[in-house]
Amino acid sequence: MSVVLKAVNLVKVYTDSGVPVHAVRGVDLEIEAGEFVAIMGPSGSGKSTLIHMLGGLDARTSGEIWLDGRRVDTLSESGWALLRRRKVGFVFQNFNLVANMTVADNVELPALLAGASPREARERREDLLARLNLTERADAPPGQLSGGEQQRVALARALANRPSLLLADEPTGNLDSRNTRDVLRLLGEVHRDGQTIVMVTHDARVAALADRVVSLLDGEIVDDGRIPRRRPATGTAGEVIDLR
Amino acid sequence: MRFHLLALLAKEPAHGYELKQALEQTFGAAYPSPNIGQIYVTLNRLTQDGLVRAVDVEQSNRPNKKVYYLTARGREALTTWVEEPTEGPRVRDEFYMKLILAPLTGIADRMALINRQRRHYLGLMRELNELAERTDQANRVALLLIEGAMLHLQADLDWLQRCQEELL
Repeated sequence: MSVVLKAVNLVKVYTDSGVPVHAVRGVDLEIEAGEFVAIMGPSGSGKSTLIHMLGGLDARTSGEIWLDGRRVDTLSESGWALLRRRKVGFVFQNFNLVANMTVADNVELPALLAGASPREARERREDLLARLNLTERADAPPGQLSGGEQQRVALARALANRPSLLLADEPTGNLDSRNTRDVLRLLGEVHRDGQTIVMVTHDARVAALADRVVSLLDGEIVDDGRIPRRRPATGTAGEVIDLR
Repeated sequence: MRFHLLALLAKEPAHGYELKQALEQTFGAAYPSPNIGQIYVTLNRLTQDGLVRAVDVEQSNRPNKKVYYLTARGREALTTWVEEPTEGPRVRDEFYMKLILAPLTGIADRMALINRQRRHYLGLMRELNELAERTDQANRVALLLIEGAMLHLQADLDWLQRCQEELL
């Protein structure tokens, strides 16, 4: 298995407010191709900061980040922008869709920027929107969509350029159960197709899709391991339900 | 299962196998599939307690079958069950006892206990995800039961995190 993402002794100290805040204190992490990793932890534990650093959206204070065998923490902002177009999909907590473009254009843009032909970009967009039940919303501006729909568009956009790494920060944070189920289904599908995913979430339903869970506390990893499987998936349902 | 059977019999008299089918159709995979033996054992006890009454019905070419009816006492017991408050979620958690007591003995440290328990809960959550996926999407009853179990598990995980923040 090849390593897609590696962080070595990664540190982030915020000094904006005068008093230094140690948000991430020396994180070591290796993510292999095809792995689905959930990052969990209480608010303020540094999980959002960590995933923003891994996507080049927040500069590290010290330490190293390697993507596909190449050191990337030393890249300039424009270097990161180029890299993200080709290799990284990012789903933000607050969607970050382009307001004056249609849903369809929002989803096609990253594929076009990454060098796909207009036809490829359109086919990819049609497939992703269909899988997220958004085909009918393709021509609408994002502002006319509900929060749940916008989040699904954001996920489709992040997957449009077939990134080697999908990073997501609370991708179901604003969704009700039904919309969460659509997002879960797509994440499960793309993972089965081999997509590497690193995702920050407090939602255990989403985390339970992952192969591996990393727990943060006060900016440090306190647990990193696989989610156990008790028995084949066809085990007796009643026992699972009867949790008490 | 006593009251589940009483409730089904309050709707209409039935024989054992019909009760098994009714439970399966209503709750889908979200109910531990009852075996027919358990159902007959329960029906016999309900009969002895005077809550149901069995009547033999003749069948051509086959042995008689027993049809069960709810008695007046059975209806009373059912009403009491429906009206009394239902036991809430657990207030004393066995894991919490381990978490507090085990470190005193030096057998295990709290961080390891919490981490192991978190992974276990996430494993259960994965099974619930898979169960929900296998369940007929038209079966609202089963899906709501699964969602309820998921919400309980989420609360357990949130509480585990609180323990980790406060105790470590």
